[in-house]
Amino acid sequence: MLRKLKLIIVLFLLIAAQTRAELTIDITQTVEGATPIAIAPFTWSGQQAAPENIAAIIAADLSRSGRFEPLPKADIQPLPQWGQPLEFPLWRARKIQYMVVGSLQRRGPDQYVVQFQLFDIKLGTQLTGYSITSQVSHLRKTAHQVSDLIYQTLTGERGAFDTHIAYVTVVTDRSGRKSYNLSIADADGFNEQIIYTSPQPILSPSWSPDGRQLAYVSYTRGRPELYIQSIQTRIAKRVSDFPGLNNAPAFSPDGKRLALTLSKDGNSEIYILDLQTHHLQRVTHNYAIDTEPAWMPDGRSLIFTSDRGGSPQLYRVDLDQSGRNNQPRRLTFEGNYNARAAISPKGTHVAMVNRNAKGFHIAVLDLQNHYLTVLTDNPLDESPSFSPNGQMIIYASESAGKGVLAEVSIDGRAHQRLRFQRGDVREPTWSPFMNSN
Amino acid sequence: MRIRNFLISVLMSSLIIGCQSSPQKPDSATAGKSQAGSTADQRFGATTGGGFSGDPLNDPNSPLSQRVVYFDFDSSEVSTADRNIISAHAEYLANHPNVAIILEGHTDERGSREYNIALGERRARAVQQLMLLQGVAQKQIQVISFGEERPVALGHNEASWHLNRRVEILYSGN
Repeated sequence: MLRKLKLIIVLFLLIAAQTRAELTIDITQTVEGATPIAIAPFTWSGQQAAPENIAAIIAADLSRSGRFEPLPKADIQPLPQWGQPLEFPLWRARKIQYMVVGSLQRRGPDQYVVQFQLFDIKLGTQLTGYSITSQVSHLRKTAHQVSDLIYQTLTGERGAFDTHIAYVTVVTDRSGRKSYNLSIADADGFNEQIIYTSPQPILSPSWSPDGRQLAYVSYTRGRPELYIQSIQTRIAKRVSDFPGLNNAPAFSPDGKRLALTLSKDGNSEIYILDLQTHHLQRVTHNYAIDTEPAWMPDGRSLIFTSDRGGSPQLYRVDLDQSGRNNQPRRLTFEGNYNARAAISPKGTHVAMVNRNAKGFHIAVLDLQNHYLTVLTDNPLDESPSFSPNGQMIIYASESAGKGVLAEVSIDGRAHQRLRFQRGDVREPTWSPFMNSN
Repeated sequence: MRIRNFLISVLMSSLIIGCQSSPQKPDSATAGKSQAGSTADQRFGATTGGGFSGDPLNDPNSPLSQRVVYFDFDSSEVSTADRNIISAHAEYLANHPNVAIILEGHTDERGSREYNIALGERRARAVQQLMLLQGVAQKQIQVISFGEERPVALGHNEASWHLNRRVEILYSGN
């Protein structure tokens, strides 16, 4: 059940140093039953102001997950100091369950150490504690790593705060010229980097499973063609330029193949392109629209959008070794529009764009019990993508005539918007876990 | 590159539609959009009745001056009225095998972007199919879908959505 009450709390307004893009994160719906946690400001003994507010970054991360409710600073008085014993009875009397105490120290030119301890107040014990060396440019990343450690300790699930998102931004200049940017940023929207720009549309960014490449559609030569670009070197390679559509790329879980939509054989059909041999395998054979393939994590079936039944719905097709495919089976039956599947990392849930009387929303289908839950209630939501730990969905929404990114927890309880101040933002896609750190 | 320039100039020209601009030199780019009042393009040497001499593409009273057909939501069915427009273009193209067009398919902003790309293409192909049936050669028609990426109306309501669910017939005039 979505709560009617919407509290708009502007958590913070910061200017991201690298891009100067202003970003606000609005918690559009607070969560009942979230675990209260006190995150004391990190002790800093430098002459100037601390280079980052580590505690604020951690608090924002944990809050966005919907699982935690960081307490306001006023409720954490007197502030516990790093290195001093914690007065458990005092905090216990205030019904605080968990507390994070930490410090940020400068150890040398551009060398910093972030230390923290997570305490269970009720038990009077430390649950975890780490010391992480860092640099100024990495302090936000280090803070996200601390958030991941706290999240994992308290929920038993891996945190996804130290990950990235890719998305497309459309900026219109004064003369009305549009510029399409493919950007990547930290999962909280900070540290935006534009990796590709075109005056023509860019669509459908898709991460390679190792997080090093993005596949996308670019109209830069006047029509849709598929590219794969290295994030590190920025070198882009055209991988599909058949006549007609070259769209909807999706890397296979092993990264060796790309599912895609081509219309070279008469109408939009799904194919699988082997990126090494360039062998092309056709998956669908139907006069209807077949597009938006998404891989199941085992790489043995695809879920895609088709209007073969008269309206767009999701179908699942098993891929067999011989290249002969089983008949696709319809997965969605609620409503006359279910499209653009995103599959959860463990393959248990499918997020999609679902239409009901109030518009187009993000819904999630539980593949075990086939129960469909509508998670959002804005009129024009699209492009869902799961966080790599499967707990959150980022999607594109619309606010005051502008494209914005928003997030919802998969239980539908936590909602927030990431608002970029410049341009229309669309088609977010969450990175995989970057490495095994 | 040429297509891109062409598209850009078509976009530019669509901005000034209705401005009754002073007679402009029809070139390969601006010939794409019919503009009432633009000078007659004599290159094809065709004439129509009704007192208009010159290429019927430039006759504001010709059905050829209508270059956009519209669709219902999630539909690629061509209306009876629009069939007549398409038929007029098909007849012209069949009689002018050196003239080429681009059929640009578009959708409204609702729903999913990639599905809309496929839907825009199906709309353009529906128009293409009608033209091929009337003897237009395959090589005269290029189909491109922009899905919801190039709206002409920017509102978030049915009035705008209706205008955006369209196929544009663009003459490249070469």
